Amino acid sequence: MSGIFTKSMARNIFYGGTTFFFLLFLALTFDTERELPNRDNRAAITPEVAAGKHIWETRNCLGCHTLLGEGAYFAPELGNVYKRRGGDFIKGWMQAMPTGAPGRRQMPQFNLTDEELDQLVAFLKYTSEINTANWPPNIEG
Amino acid sequence: MQYKSQAVAMPYFIAAIGLFVGQIIFGLILGLQYVVGDFLFPEIPFNVARMVHTNLLIVWLLFGFMGAAYYLIPEETETELFSPKLALAMFWIFLVAGALTIVGYLLVPYSTLASMTGNDILATMGREFLEQPLLTKIGIVIVALAFLFNITMTVLKGRKTVISIVLLLGLWGLAIFFLFSFYNPVNLVRDKFYWWWVVHLWVEGVWELIMAAMLAFVLIKVTGVDREVIEKWLYVIITLALVTGIIGTGHHYFWIGTPEYWQWWGSIFSALEPIPFFAMTVFAFNMVNRRRREHPNKAAVLWALGTGVMAFLGAGVWGFLHTLAPVNYFTHGSQITAAHGHMAFYGAYVMVVITMISYAMPILRGRAANSTKAQVLEMWAFWLMTIAMVFITLFLTAAGILQVWLQRVSDTPMSFMATQDQLMLFYWMREWAGVMFFIGLLAYLASFFVKGDAKGVVHG
Repeated sequence: MSGIFTKSMARNIFYGGTTFFFLLFLALTFDTERELPNRDNRAAITPEVAAGKHIWETRNCLGCHTLLGEGAYFAPELGNVYKRRGGDFIKGWMQAMPTGAPGRRQMPQFNLTDEELDQLVAFLKYTSEINTANWPPNIEG
Repeated sequence: MQYKSQAVAMPYFIAAIGLFVGQIIFGLILGLQYVVGDFLFPEIPFNVARMVHTNLLIVWLLFGFMGAAYYLIPEETETELFSPKLALAMFWIFLVAGALTIVGYLLVPYSTLASMTGNDILATMGREFLEQPLLTKIGIVIVALAFLFNITMTVLKGRKTVISIVLLLGLWGLAIFFLFSFYNPVNLVRDKFYWWWVVHLWVEGVWELIMAAMLAFVLIKVTGVDREVIEKWLYVIITLALVTGIIGTGHHYFWIGTPEYWQWWGSIFSALEPIPFFAMTVFAFNMVNRRRREHPNKAAVLWALGTGVMAFLGAGVWGFLHTLAPVNYFTHGSQITAAHGHMAFYGAYVMVVITMISYAMPILRGRAANSTKAQVLEMWAFWLMTIAMVFITLFLTAAGILQVWLQRVSDTPMSFMATQDQLMLFYWMREWAGVMFFIGLLAYLASFFVKGDAKGVVHG
């Protein structure tokens, strides 16, 4: 095959193939953006949710937890924690941290105000209502 | 070495290895925190240690890529580097910025670090692997642009080989897709969607170009096989990588709120992603079997072959294991993901950078290859680290299977933490495999200091 299949053919297939599939990827992206309003729960994004996302990010929550399955695998999935536990539990939990139980995994105390806790809960509620194609398989995440 | 300016690669390689050691130390801390939950708490909470572990990995691989480019480009283009001074200046800027960032993670609470560094102006922090403060991200862009300017100018004034063009394409892609790290919409689904344009299009896209170019360069050098043959292979491999990998991004779009047709696109194309890695393995073995010379650097040949095999296993096979949507529905975000991540990064990117260092470092130090004694120790390091990584992956896979079973498949699912308690045996074994990896790394470090009769004079 080395006689028939030349380097310039290989090069052309590379540039042609890459361009084609990248354009296809862009087309799918375009279509995804059109579909997203039906799935991503954007109507629920309030300033409170935005503030909650900012708290989520600046406390590096993803450094231990997953959110919709992405993040670290050291602590529970939080994409559906609002449905699993409810807002009051989440707030109480965060205020009670760390447990200090010897040998157990510890969550830091972030000293969030009540308002900030409400914002974080609002963000987690919004997240729990995104259409994730039925993931996770059950409420435990 | 053939060109004086190749010498700037040396500090890059040394920094890469130094940061690699840091990465592994933090990996051991994390592994221990998995079993002794309050280890080092509250001084170094898990999230901080993990950020240091993953960010050090990225930074040292970037050091490795840049060092490799500075070494490889002059030789490929047959001309001195455009500006060795710029390369050296960028080295120090990148090292200081990287070190400050790590120190910031360790000493300053993350939210304080965020407000100190402009995250309230443009929020980019707190997303996996992109935790760097805004200033660091801007620094990365500046260093990357200066670096790309430097090597692009070098290629423009010299011989344009396929290897240098492919490397350049990969590096430009790396810089361009990094720009998506500055885009962080409030809409979580869109945030995640474009976050993958950095992460996936790096490691399962443009980085594969960089990797294949580096591997091709070393294979030409150590086997003496005709450049035409190797370059044709190179094109075939990177075609396969991008044709499967670009749409393969879809395997991250199953459960994050994106349309469900991605389950088809993602499953089908990412199921093909092992093919380029398999081609790389076949390529490496084929070229070594057809070698026209016996290169005195046996260790570099071993690393090159190992890269092919381990990248195929880690990225290819372990990726395939959980890439089909019906499987991924259960394994998404479990220890299976962690198992794949470890072996894929080690097999593909860690090993290709070490391959390059193994080949280039002796030459940078004025000899074709190290003494037999030094090489034997380096090969011990290869086997210790590689076998340890196989064990780490197997133990995490076992943990993952059990986790998925107890927490997700079972009719009476257990909670996350109750499940974790059931996995402790595997986590302990993983930690011991990590210790073995660290011993291998120490042997690797020691191999640089073993004396003995160096082989061959510097060619060129």
